[in-house]
Amino acid sequence: MKQFQYICPTTQQGVLDVINKPGTKIIAGGTNLVDLMKRGVTAPDKLVDINHLPLKSIISTPKGLYIGALALNSAVAEHELVARQYPLLAMALKAGASPQLRNMATVGGNMMQRTRCGYFYDTTMPCNKRAPGSGCGAYEGVNRMHAIFGGSSQCIAVHPSDMCVALAALNAVVIIAGKKGERRLPFTDFHRLPGEHPEMDNHLAANELIVGVEIPNNHFAANSYYLKVRDRQSYAFALVSVAAALDIENGIIRHARLAMGGVAHKPWRLFDAEQALAGKPVSEDSFKQAAQLAMQGAKGYGQNAFKLKLAPATIAEALKHAAGLA
Amino acid sequence: MKSNETVNGPDGDQDVKDTSRRNFLKQSSLLTAVALTPGTAVKAAVMHVDEKIAAVFEKMPLKMEVNGKPQKLSVEPRSTLLDILREQLDLTGTKKGCDHGQCGACTVHVDGRRVNSCLTLGIMMSGKKITTIEGLANSDQLHPMQEAFIKHDGFQCGYCTPGQIMSAVACIREGHAGSEHEIREYMSGNICRCGAYPNIVNAIQEVKDGGQTV
Ligand SMILES: Cc1cc2nc3c(=O)[nH]c(=O)nc-3n(C[C@H](O)[C@H](O)[C@H](O)COP(=O)(O)OP(=O)(O)OC[C@H]3O[C@@H](n4cnc5c(N)ncnc54)[C@H](O)[C@@H]3O)c2cc1C
Ligand code: FES
Ligand code: FES
Repeated sequence: MKQFQYICPTTQQGVLDVINKPGTKIIAGGTNLVDLMKRGVTAPDKLVDINHLPLKSIISTPKGLYIGALALNSAVAEHELVARQYPLLAMALKAGASPQLRNMATVGGNMMQRTRCGYFYDTTMPCNKRAPGSGCGAYEGVNRMHAIFGGSSQCIAVHPSDMCVALAALNAVVIIAGKKGERRLPFTDFHRLPGEHPEMDNHLAANELIVGVEIPNNHFAANSYYLKVRDRQSYAFALVSVAAALDIENGIIRHARLAMGGVAHKPWRLFDAEQALAGKPVSEDSFKQAAQLAMQGAKGYGQNAFKLKLAPATIAEALKHAAGLA
Repeated sequence: MKSNETVNGPDGDQDVKDTSRRNFLKQSSLLTAVALTPGTAVKAAVMHVDEKIAAVFEKMPLKMEVNGKPQKLSVEPRSTLLDILREQLDLTGTKKGCDHGQCGACTVHVDGRRVNSCLTLGIMMSGKKITTIEGLANSDQLHPMQEAFIKHDGFQCGYCTPGQIMSAVACIREGHAGSEHEIREYMSGNICRCGAYPNIVNAIQEVKDGGQTV
């Protein structure tokens, strides 16, 4: 690992004053950043440790739940308020990484972990995300883990987070601090698709800091499910995952929320399927139809073509679990 | 229109900034000369460029407590907790398997929480209490989990074992050892090439059921 300078500001202003400088990176839990630094994928000159900022709180507000950017993934997953009111988030977090890693990983770091694939990690291979203009090794290469939605000829990597899939489904809002004050961004607009600029994973500017996320109150607690399909039962990234949340009254779906992981450069919301489910009776048929609708525009690239079948099956299954039919 | 298609309008990026690394290095070699002059250094600190001067010193002081003993060390910011434990403190019980957070061999407790020491920068441990496998036994008396691993043959080659045991103790303390299924899930961050899993689960269940304080 290349040498770097380490600083540890104790105020938000202190962090904002330095993060804009070239070669500077924030470190929170370090589980993604240190890994990438060890592999030489990224080599900052300066690390800004933000762990001394007071951003760990998990509190209920009149509008919903506020979670500080430095709250640990394990702390959020185990939190009583989360378990009771936002079980979808708890399930997604518990499906991610390992207990040790969740004890280090923070909410902000989880959002900011790189959208990535094996070619991004392998510095001897082409990768437009790591080295813009060098080509995409995965497009016609080893792409079993890769995107079936929203990819471009430049990049078909997927965002690996489980937590973010749940937060996208729950219409969370990201709270961002910058030099000019705070701004709020809908979670679904935080991450971006690769397009012509796969080197950019999201819309956070270099001089900005994530301070927290807010999840609005909802009626999904009784009927939520996170289903993650992977090569082994635990401690593996998703092939496909689905966050399903239903608001059911007298056997009729009032509102549905669906998001998928492992299929796109960002957490992938299934807006059309959600709309189609509204007003439908709770039934396997409704779920299968919604799952088919969700697959419009999906595209396989060879090795990952199996996801075209796995994804709708996983959507239908997650909905069954959420509705209590499984 | 609600959609996922927000390709446009990139506002910023993390890695683009890395391109001007060379500029920084140029700057910091200039600063070496400055830093060697104490008087200038003091003045520079007052002028808020102190952090740049710190960059040219390779090592930084680190105080932490390891297995109950306070340690005063001098470390490179890039040294992981794992490397500091093994190479500076000669605590070689903690193992390096993958060095990338994928195997759990390096599991230690930081302020009571189990973490992967291979992805933990030592410099970030200032003021923390670290417990390694060497700190688990009570002088000559093995920890109940160590006893149970021996009794149940919870290992073959033994390489993953320190990490398994640190994780197993945390698993019970966290309240995640309620059933075989739960133990398997909450021990999934520790890989064993020798496949000693069934015996590891048995060892944990015995300690859990024995009700001893772990
Ligand atoms: C072996 C392994 C398996 C994993 N498996 C899974 C999995 O199954 N599911 C899953 O979801 N994840 C998985 N992960 C990823 C893990 O969840 C992330 O690495 C973790 O969430 C990152 O959080 P962190 O706090 O450690 O981030 P760091 O590594 O500290 O930072 C990551 C990035 O975020 C930036 N950053 C951090 N905080 C902020 C902030 N507040 N504002 C602005 N920028 C910030 C940093 O600059 C850096 O670029 C796995 C990781 C490993 C190593
Ligand atoms: S050595 Fe740390 S997880 Fe493998
Ligand atoms: S005992 Fe050999 S790796 Fe676990």
